[in-house]
Amino acid sequence: MSAVLGYTGRVTLNSLYALSTVCVLMVETANWMLVQPLRGKGLRLRSAVEHFVEFGVGSLPIVGMICFLIGVIMAMQSAYTLKAWGATIFIANLVGVAALRELAPLMTAILITGRNGSAITAEIGTMKVSEEIDALRVMGLNPIKYLVVPKFLAMLLAVPCVTLLAMIIMILGGFTAAVLFVGIDPKAYFDQTARALVGKDLLTGVVKSFFFAIVICWVGVYRGFQVEGGAEGVGRQTTSSVVTSIFIIILVDLMWTALFYFG
Amino acid sequence: MNETTENIIEVRDLVVRYGNRAVLDGVSFDVRRGEVFVILGGSGCGKSTLLRNLAGLMRPHSGTIRINGEDFTAMSDSRRIEVSKRLGMCFQGSALFNSLSIGDNVALPLREHTRLEESTIEIMTKIKLELVGLGGFQDYLPSALSGGMKKRAGLARAMAMDPEIILYDEPSAGLDPIVAAGLDQLIRKMQSTFNLTSVVVTHEMESVKLIADRVCMLKAGRVVGLGSLDDLHASDHPFVQQFFDRRPDEESGDESAYLKSLTGAP
Repeated sequence: MSAVLGYTGRVTLNSLYALSTVCVLMVETANWMLVQPLRGKGLRLRSAVEHFVEFGVGSLPIVGMICFLIGVIMAMQSAYTLKAWGATIFIANLVGVAALRELAPLMTAILITGRNGSAITAEIGTMKVSEEIDALRVMGLNPIKYLVVPKFLAMLLAVPCVTLLAMIIMILGGFTAAVLFVGIDPKAYFDQTARALVGKDLLTGVVKSFFFAIVICWVGVYRGFQVEGGAEGVGRQTTSSVVTSIFIIILVDLMWTALFYFG
Repeated sequence: MNETTENIIEVRDLVVRYGNRAVLDGVSFDVRRGEVFVILGGSGCGKSTLLRNLAGLMRPHSGTIRINGEDFTAMSDSRRIEVSKRLGMCFQGSALFNSLSIGDNVALPLREHTRLEESTIEIMTKIKLELVGLGGFQDYLPSALSGGMKKRAGLARAMAMDPEIILYDEPSAGLDPIVAAGLDQLIRKMQSTFNLTSVVVTHEMESVKLIADRVCMLKAGRVVGLGSLDDLHASDHPFVQQFFDRRPDEESGDESAYLKSLTGAP
């Protein structure tokens, strides 16, 4: 009995401690991103642009390819069911709505987590292990300002941008499959897609992608600063970073889907 | 009080704890302006922790560190950054930023803290690298340099803002004797050329003999000897004697106690 209580207590204390660390990180980041620049402390925009190219442009090929294929898959899978009713034109609705509201934001977020969330953890973790973070602090340079804020800005911009492109590419994938394999008239498919989509679909996707960006960056940075004890620590936290990040992304996805469904 | 004995760093009753264990337990000493002050001690005696406190990377549990008369432990973060600019640190593993070239590493503090023209910064970077014997290496990445060169580059970066104090964490660790001697010479040269105050953490007796003006010896978080090397040689503290004579710890003769500790038997 006491073992169970002890375990519960330890887990609770550990999670509270982790939560407080994350909160401190959030407040510091917000401070250096929003408040300090107004006091003339400046943002490292050049570094942010470099990261944007890395996170955004760099992940476009893989995100584009995967989203195109998922579009194709979705069209073929839905054709299988819809054919029975002779309603194959509704492939356009299904692919369009799913891409905008759900699959494009989610796939983009998961791919960028794997590509860049892990890289953020590994970079910060390695810098911590090799005392580079300490070196920054001794030089009077704040690691949050110097390392975290540029990544954060880049991620906040990159994920929604890539998501928007992923939406278009996924719909194109559906279009290609529907026209080539199901034999739907291209013009009819296009019109049907245009009719099916409303502004709220796009809004859902974009709002989600902003929050996914926040999750990817924060989890990556938090895990990076958690690294202790050499290369093994970097490896462990990098793995943990990707797993945690994807899990929280799904939770956030569920939350927003529910909000938009009931709201 | 004349120029030579003015204290630039004053440490009083410093206590640092990890959990319940006191790593530093009431450490007090002064560092005089322009001297090479060596913190000497065995592994795990708290000397690196002491240096991290001096660098402002850790806050002590109690006690004060005064730098130029200002209480470093109690000042606001923004003031601390100002004081930090007068302070350079050489890390044990050099801690160069791996993604930046050697030149950019040295230029970083200048770019971030000053509004100098890029051309001026470039010239200053070259001067600092010449100073440590790395002229012409500014475009190399840290990974292309040997251990000794990395430490020199780390020193050039620590010198970038023309600090008054340089802290060295184990400068000769992991280097061969020739390269280590070169680094000792460099520490001495910095001190004599720029009247820099140096605080060196080390356990290498050979380099202590070459560079030290005064020595502070630590054991288990306490100061056991303070003064010039001759003063310490004259000390009758058993640990100081043992350290200088390079004698190992006496092995405990109680074999049954050792056996118990292995088997866990009562």
